Amino acid sequence: MIRKTFQFVVGCTRLATGGGWAYHTWMTLLTLLVVSGAAAYWQQLRDGLIVTNMRDQVSWAFYIGNFTFLVGVAAAAILLVIPAYVYNWKPIREIAIFGELLAISAIVMCLLFVTVDIGRPDRVWALLPIIGSLNIPSSLLGWDVLVLNGYLVLNAVVVAHFLYSGFHRQPYRTGFVVPLLLFSIPAAVSIHTVTAFVYAGMAARPFWNASILAPRFLASAFCSGPAILLILFQILSRTTKIKIKDEAIWKIAELMAYAMFINLFLFGAEIFKEYYSSTHHLIHTQYLYSGVDGHRALVPYAWASILCSVVAFLLFLVPATRRNMLTLNLGCLLIYTGVYIEKGMALVIPGMTPDTLGELYEYVPTMIELRVGAGIFAVGFIVFTVLCKIAIPILQETHDAPAGTTEERTAVPAT
Amino acid sequence: MSKPLSSGRDGPPSTGRRRFLTTGTAAMAAVAAGFAGAPPGLAEFLIRKQFRELSPKELDDMLRDLEREYSKRYDRAVSVTATPPIENVLFGYGLDLSRCVGCRRCVYACVHENNQSRAPQIHWIRVLQMHKERGIELTESDPYYDPPTVPEEDSFYVPVACQQCRKPPCTRVCPVKATWQEKDGIVVIDYDRCIGCRCCMSACPYGARHFNWSGPTITAKEINADMHVLGNRPRPKGVVEKCTFCIQRVRKGRYPACVEICPVGARKFGNLLDESDEMRYLMREKRVFVLKEELGTAPKFYYFYAT
Repeated sequence: MIRKTFQFVVGCTRLATGGGWAYHTWMTLLTLLVVSGAAAYWQQLRDGLIVTNMRDQVSWAFYIGNFTFLVGVAAAAILLVIPAYVYNWKPIREIAIFGELLAISAIVMCLLFVTVDIGRPDRVWALLPIIGSLNIPSSLLGWDVLVLNGYLVLNAVVVAHFLYSGFHRQPYRTGFVVPLLLFSIPAAVSIHTVTAFVYAGMAARPFWNASILAPRFLASAFCSGPAILLILFQILSRTTKIKIKDEAIWKIAELMAYAMFINLFLFGAEIFKEYYSSTHHLIHTQYLYSGVDGHRALVPYAWASILCSVVAFLLFLVPATRRNMLTLNLGCLLIYTGVYIEKGMALVIPGMTPDTLGELYEYVPTMIELRVGAGIFAVGFIVFTVLCKIAIPILQETHDAPAGTTEERTAVPAT
Repeated sequence: MSKPLSSGRDGPPSTGRRRFLTTGTAAMAAVAAGFAGAPPGLAEFLIRKQFRELSPKELDDMLRDLEREYSKRYDRAVSVTATPPIENVLFGYGLDLSRCVGCRRCVYACVHENNQSRAPQIHWIRVLQMHKERGIELTESDPYYDPPTVPEEDSFYVPVACQQCRKPPCTRVCPVKATWQEKDGIVVIDYDRCIGCRCCMSACPYGARHFNWSGPTITAKEINADMHVLGNRPRPKGVVEKCTFCIQRVRKGRYPACVEICPVGARKFGNLLDESDEMRYLMREKRVFVLKEELGTAPKFYYFYAT
């Protein structure tokens, strides 16, 4: 057992460090971004969060916006797990693991974004259950820490087992993996719901204090995560022996169209309520879409987000454009952009602009914030790239085996 | 006189969930953390109990340590107390909007009394200028008014600080139990526990919580050496701070600094549980209201128009 684990670790390291010039260039580029981000973060540690443009008026901003968006990306896995394991749809079943890999990378980025946002990272220990002083059940952020780490562990265990079994050419243990995969469905729902509740629970911020927020988080998450995966699948199909069936890609695109429809519908419901009732609370929505007193920093992004989401929805809804690889990929990029704006800055900043006493402080991120953010995204891409680099050859070997054997290997539970 | 022992242990009703970490297990955990190559802060952190769990002896040690540290830093004798709440006292505040002239003396008296950072400036009190024609209208208010003289004819002024809510939304959201409401109604922060996540700032409907975006600066000459551990002792970089009704004063029977300084007597302070107190008198005889009553935070900070 120890020997086999050792072999697995050595094998993975070899897979992760080998590779052609393209792989090494990519990794070098990401490493440079990480170094730049680390240098910026060091400056922030030394001088305090004053190096950001956050102030008492807008006390959460770029970092927390990115965190919120990435919680959504982490849900990507379940849009693959549901058809694959609940409906036993085989074409997706073979590629569901990439959803898990994406979830791991996204959660790593989430945790990093929260860490760079807090004023006393030297005290994160207080967030540990039992050892620290986690304020459960009262604090939603406390719950968020629990569910995010739980989701990370869950996905890491499933992925490790898949790869370990594949590496040693053993069938994975269905009785172990499938229950965990099924459990990852409510777990993914919970990370969204809890993150949405962090915002929605704050009566002081009418822009967030809406019961529709959690459903909207789920709907938009079901679009943004798979958008990345669809592009990845096409790259894999071209560059590796893993053949991902077109029908799997089309099916995912179709599911994304439904998710985007629900997202747009809920968005419309919110817009109607805000503008028709036209209360004092409308000012936050106005700041986002038309600006207030000449402060219009978010306006172009807000409209770009709506435009991207609507066009992507149409592209994914019409079967002809969903099956055309060019329009499909365009749709993926549009969805990604649309949701990145909507669930990031366009969610966090208007919630705090104007502030609770009516002061309008216009926030735009500083270079340091952008560099730290880019560094964290680079870490996430490194994690994802390395995990894919390890997973692809292992999956390829499974593919190379004769069809009958594959069937047998996945179908028979280990004893 | 201050009685520093057994103080602050009267926390919110979560007493039953208190976690008692014995020094032994903490030391073991610290050693384990040390072996695991954890950053040096962890060991110290694990040994440090929650403020409300400190024994009288531990609390006293902590206060003496703080006194030594601050006396050295500011090169003068500093006293750090932990004066506990007084029995049968619930502090309440009254602000007469018809008298306030918007001079902001309260703002700066507060800064001096409570050792707020001078650069960047942190103000626990915000005075909002409002138009007489529009009434109380937060979105139209201006906190940065700067005319040669106040009050201006067409304006009135609404000072806002921590409203010391009976149902504070800020304490509920704290992920690490670093802020709570004391028995006398004062909402306090443990500056040694706050992780600076700023959830409480998002949750506060009154903009009462302020963050140390950089290390606070305050010269030795400016420091107020009469400190309370949960109040005006110097704060570190990266934590949240707020008005405590001048906890270092009011628990010794004095008025908050803002009440004392107010040149027009617009500020009132007292014990809401005492029928004969001035606060109860004005609640009976005048008509009081609170800010954002629809949020159900039940502030103990009352506004009224006496004339």
